[in-house]
Amino acid sequence: MSDPILTLDAIATDIAQYHILKGVGFQVPRGQVTMLLGRNGVGKTTTMRTIMGLLRNKSGQIRFDGQEIGALPASARARAGIGYVPEDMGIFTDLTVEENMHLAAVSGAPDQARLDWLFSVFPPLKTFWRTSAGNLSGGQKQMLSIARAMIEERRLYLIDEPTKGLAPAIVATMVGALRDLKRQGASILLVEQNFAVARALGDKVVVMDDGHVTWEGDMGELATDTGLQERLMGLSMEAG
Amino acid sequence: MGLRLLSGDAPRSGILSLLLIVVFLGLALAPFLFPGVRALHTAATICVFILLVASYDLLLGYSGIVSFAHTMFFGLGACGVALASIHMGRGWDALLVGTLSGALAATVLAYVIGLFSLRVRAIFFAMITLAVASAVAVLVSQLFQLTGGEDGLTYQIPRELTPAFRFGEVFGTNLNGRLLNYYLVFFACLALFLLLLRLVNSPFGRVLQSIRENDFRAEAIGYRVVHYRTAATCMSAAIAALAGSLYAIWLRYVGPDTTLSFEIMIDVLLMVVIGGMGTMYGAVIGATIFVLAQNYLQNLMGVAAEATANLPLIPDLIDPNRWLMWLGILFVLSVYFFPSGIVGRLRAGR
Repeated sequence: MSDPILTLDAIATDIAQYHILKGVGFQVPRGQVTMLLGRNGVGKTTTMRTIMGLLRNKSGQIRFDGQEIGALPASARARAGIGYVPEDMGIFTDLTVEENMHLAAVSGAPDQARLDWLFSVFPPLKTFWRTSAGNLSGGQKQMLSIARAMIEERRLYLIDEPTKGLAPAIVATMVGALRDLKRQGASILLVEQNFAVARALGDKVVVMDDGHVTWEGDMGELATDTGLQERLMGLSMEAG
Repeated sequence: MGLRLLSGDAPRSGILSLLLIVVFLGLALAPFLFPGVRALHTAATICVFILLVASYDLLLGYSGIVSFAHTMFFGLGACGVALASIHMGRGWDALLVGTLSGALAATVLAYVIGLFSLRVRAIFFAMITLAVASAVAVLVSQLFQLTGGEDGLTYQIPRELTPAFRFGEVFGTNLNGRLLNYYLVFFACLALFLLLLRLVNSPFGRVLQSIRENDFRAEAIGYRVVHYRTAATCMSAAIAALAGSLYAIWLRYVGPDTTLSFEIMIDVLLMVVIGGMGTMYGAVIGATIFVLAQNYLQNLMGVAAEATANLPLIPDLIDPNRWLMWLGILFVLSVYFFPSGIVGRLRAGR
């Protein structure tokens, strides 16, 4: 693979006395969607948080666009072009939708054309523009969380379980938004438990188990090999 | 125009708007509405404490930082004016130099404390500020040759700000330097309060609010949390020092009991909580109620005790000497019934 946007090399991360990541290594190709799959508790969210700098890796290297970023604080990684949508959405409930979006535009006022695109992808954001984010429904909060990461063009998006617990109609909206982003050539690392969503969006797959990468390959290969799915994750993507 | 002056932060409650207008007019016209030395002193104290509490709200309510050193910064501002007035002599230049050096000293000290302790968990920052504030209070007491120790310092301010300077009479009220002094305090506090309101409603203020709510998320969006917290601490300290300078100009006396004591810190905390954290207007309501209660509750209870003298038990219960107990009960009740503060409750419309 030539010139990946992100390279993890033998990353080990502890949380308190627990060794969560035990030498994780994979690459995220530029302009593609990489799915990070695995059962609950195998270290997917810890991997995302380590890339973002919210957890410090005790060993290994994280190279973003060729630069080692392991020593940078999370804010510097964000300003370097990494957008992060955490699993818990992390929206600021005391602030309005507008204030949440403006906060996320760290380099200045948001670009109106981009804002219009986000309104077209997530219409409720326009409707509830001046509403306190704490009053939004679960799906609307997730839309806000993703829109906030997209408000400025990032070089890499880290998105952790964007469809978790959402109604099917809202999942379809999310998939549509992420497809739009993919069409624009964005590089995305996506954690997803919904295999139908994973198959619809993913170009590349990284499967984790017990703090290690156990398989890395093309989505096409995994999607057509149910035996491989059973072996890697104990689940069949046909189920989605 | 009015909303612009409030930086677009409308009170968002009819009752709150009415209360704020009453407080504003009461303070603006205090020398004419409530003649008398004690009433004017109470009004000036309310002005200063509104500013002090609002500056603490920037820290606690908007940034989620618990500090016990706020009265230390207040005291630094007051000491600046006192020391400059003593060493440079009576004059406007002494007031200016004292005010600026007090604010500068407070900012530098807040920066140092913030830089060393804001990276750690909130409870450690609170403990460090408590330790530093206690150390400074002891130091002020020990360095009596410089600070006057427990006796404090008295000094002279420009004659134009003293009762000896008279220049006429309006509506039966003598126009004198004391009146000018009051309006200096009133307008300076008003301007600084509006500045604080502007600050919390600016993009900087929104970042502070996001840090208060979820500091990890704010950092992941791209905001260096420790820098913002340090900046908020420095600004809050500078405004507290300016409030201290204004109080020193008003009192013409600086002592540990008036500016540095831990009791004042507790009062400030209570005023923020009673008024409503993270609202700024809570500072206005909290400080006004608290200072009025501190100054007039005892008198009010005396009147009530006299009026109920023929009844059993009640005059004993509301004996003026028990005013502190009732003040405490009132605060417990207000925190119980208004957990989000008076302003929070009024804005919620319940």
